[in-house]
Amino acid sequence: MIRGTIIVATDICKACELCITACPQDCLEMSPNLNVKSYHYVQLKNDTCTGCVNCAIVCPDSAITVYRQAKSAT
Amino acid sequence: MENEKGTSETRLMKGNEALAEASFRAGMQAYFGYPITPQSEVLEYLAAQAPNHPDVVILQAESELAAINMVHGAAGAGARAMISSSSPGISLMQECLSYMTSAQLPALIVNVQRGGPGLGTIQPSQGDYFQAVKGGGHGDYHLIVLAPASVQEMVDFVFDAFRLSEKYRNPAMILADGALGQMMEKVILPAAGSLPKMDAPWATTGKRHIRERNIITSLFIQPEQMEKLNLILQAKYSQMQKEVRWEEIRTEDAAIVLVAFGLTSRICEKTVDLAREKGLKVGLLRPITLYPFPTNAIAKLAKSAQAFLTVEMNAGQMVEDVRLAVDGKRPVDFYGRMGGMIPSPEEVLVRVESIAEKLHAVPA
Amino acid sequence: MEPVANIGGMELVYKKPHTLTEIPTHYCPGCAHGVVHKILMEVVDEMGIQEETIGVAPVGCSVFAYNYMNIDMQEAAHGRASAVATGIKRVLPNKYVFSYQGDGDLAAIGTGETIHTVNRGENIMILFINNGIYGMTGGQMAPTSLLGMKTTTSPFGREASTMGNPLKITELIAQLPGAYFVTRHAVYNTAAVRKLKKAIEVSFKYQKLNKGTCFIEVVSNCPNGWKMTPVESNQWLEKNMLPFYPLGDIKVPKS
Repeated sequence: MIRGTIIVATDICKACELCITACPQDCLEMSPNLNVKSYHYVQLKNDTCTGCVNCAIVCPDSAITVYRQAKSAT
Repeated sequence: MENEKGTSETRLMKGNEALAEASFRAGMQAYFGYPITPQSEVLEYLAAQAPNHPDVVILQAESELAAINMVHGAAGAGARAMISSSSPGISLMQECLSYMTSAQLPALIVNVQRGGPGLGTIQPSQGDYFQAVKGGGHGDYHLIVLAPASVQEMVDFVFDAFRLSEKYRNPAMILADGALGQMMEKVILPAAGSLPKMDAPWATTGKRHIRERNIITSLFIQPEQMEKLNLILQAKYSQMQKEVRWEEIRTEDAAIVLVAFGLTSRICEKTVDLAREKGLKVGLLRPITLYPFPTNAIAKLAKSAQAFLTVEMNAGQMVEDVRLAVDGKRPVDFYGRMGGMIPSPEEVLVRVESIAEKLHAVPA
Repeated sequence: MEPVANIGGMELVYKKPHTLTEIPTHYCPGCAHGVVHKILMEVVDEMGIQEETIGVAPVGCSVFAYNYMNIDMQEAAHGRASAVATGIKRVLPNKYVFSYQGDGDLAAIGTGETIHTVNRGENIMILFINNGIYGMTGGQMAPTSLLGMKTTTSPFGREASTMGNPLKITELIAQLPGAYFVTRHAVYNTAAVRKLKKAIEVSFKYQKLNKGTCFIEVVSNCPNGWKMTPVESNQWLEKNMLPFYPLGDIKVPKS
């Protein structure tokens, strides 16, 4: 069951990859595509995201919004 | 003259102390300073009177550099703020004065000038004229500059400088000198409360939800924006020209017009009397505002007078602006003393007489 | 743009703070400034003090901070932020005032203002971003550059005998009676960011109580100036900066 997910503001991402380092689930990767500023941007590579928010906390560009399965639903 | 803070009163006061007392009465909310002769009495007076003015911030900073930046902060936060110093201290403030002018912050800067360059002397001088009226720091800007010639004007110009500074959102300077700061004269102190509080909707007082955030900055990295700001400043300086003030004494029939500001204008007033006693038609034009400069008034006199003599306690600074105003139509001579020396009316008269001789030597 | 409250039965748990503007930052990829800005604005959001907070950002990379923080702000000349903050706080004593300064600003050109502001115990928070380099001007040596550190003005490495030693100004500041809370943090990982957030929060609380100056150093990276990738820069920071600038509280209020 998917426990969490993120939404990346892809045009704000600067491809620093700090979120990838911070992710304990190893569920992030750089997209092969480029954004409007010619940066690759981060994306989910699998469905292991737990919504732990680590990636969003270390993101210098506040590009990541995090969602998590509501407690009542788990 | 009754109001909530009492009445006007007459006192015998030192120029520096009178200016300090006037600042309270003009509703000054924050003073930041640093000791330097010959103006330390300003901070001393404010500090001694502080218990009677608990709402006024009075702070001795660690340097003139810090003090003027505190003025930046306080003025940016919407307070009626001021600073006073003397020549070397004013030099230290030039960077921030440039910033404040660009950020369009009102404040009162008082320069009780002493002789320079360098550490110089503590005796009076007018050697900071260029620095005061031409900007002083980097970039295209001006301060509004008022030049008092009496202790009474040390008082009155505090009100005028705050009013003009807030009207144009531009720092204003009172350019005095060590003699005016130290001399004692009878002075009428206006009642407090006559100057309305500053209306500063642009100030950083905390972003209310009903408005956009207020930003005080002099940083405009895009050249288009920087030019736009410069155009705003230049438009203000054009507007300011109407604030020009000067005084004329016996110029109606004057063949020779003395031009002098501040302390030297008082000396020249005596020279006019001495010259008139000798039958010489001499008058005096005293610029009261040095920026804006009474260019038109001088140009007008250039039509009736035959020669000008600018008298300053420096090597010849305002004389350049007088020459620009006269525009080559009449000879403009200069007489000055430097390094803290004060010219006497008699030595100015000697120069006046030599100009008069030259004028007579020329066939009509 | 406000994110939706939930998607596919999942609820929103983390979003950009409301008090951070929508303007993308000019900072280089991976720069710590963005994280510190965000955390600072998160605290402002959570404490509900947007209307009462005034910031000062002087010359340095963060001089444009007012573009990103949706609060009233003043830009200051190089080195003068704490003097400007003093002026603001003295006339608005009930507001929250902070300065946000880099190492060149706070520990070189503005050392005098820094020391005297703290010595007076001004009720402000000073956020000191220390990345050991002048980022905005292109990577020159800073007062806090480590010995041996190569910069454009110490191309063979910083040498103590001619260039002086890296300045531990935070330890120096802690000696002053006006300093109420002095602490050193970093943002190179999630745990560190969370600790910084707590420190900022507690500093604002102390400020409300007029306790004196709260001084927070944030040991930061400069991937561009250090000529590394962002990930490498954080590793380098941990390995080289933190042994010299150890994290933790340096002066805490006596309970």
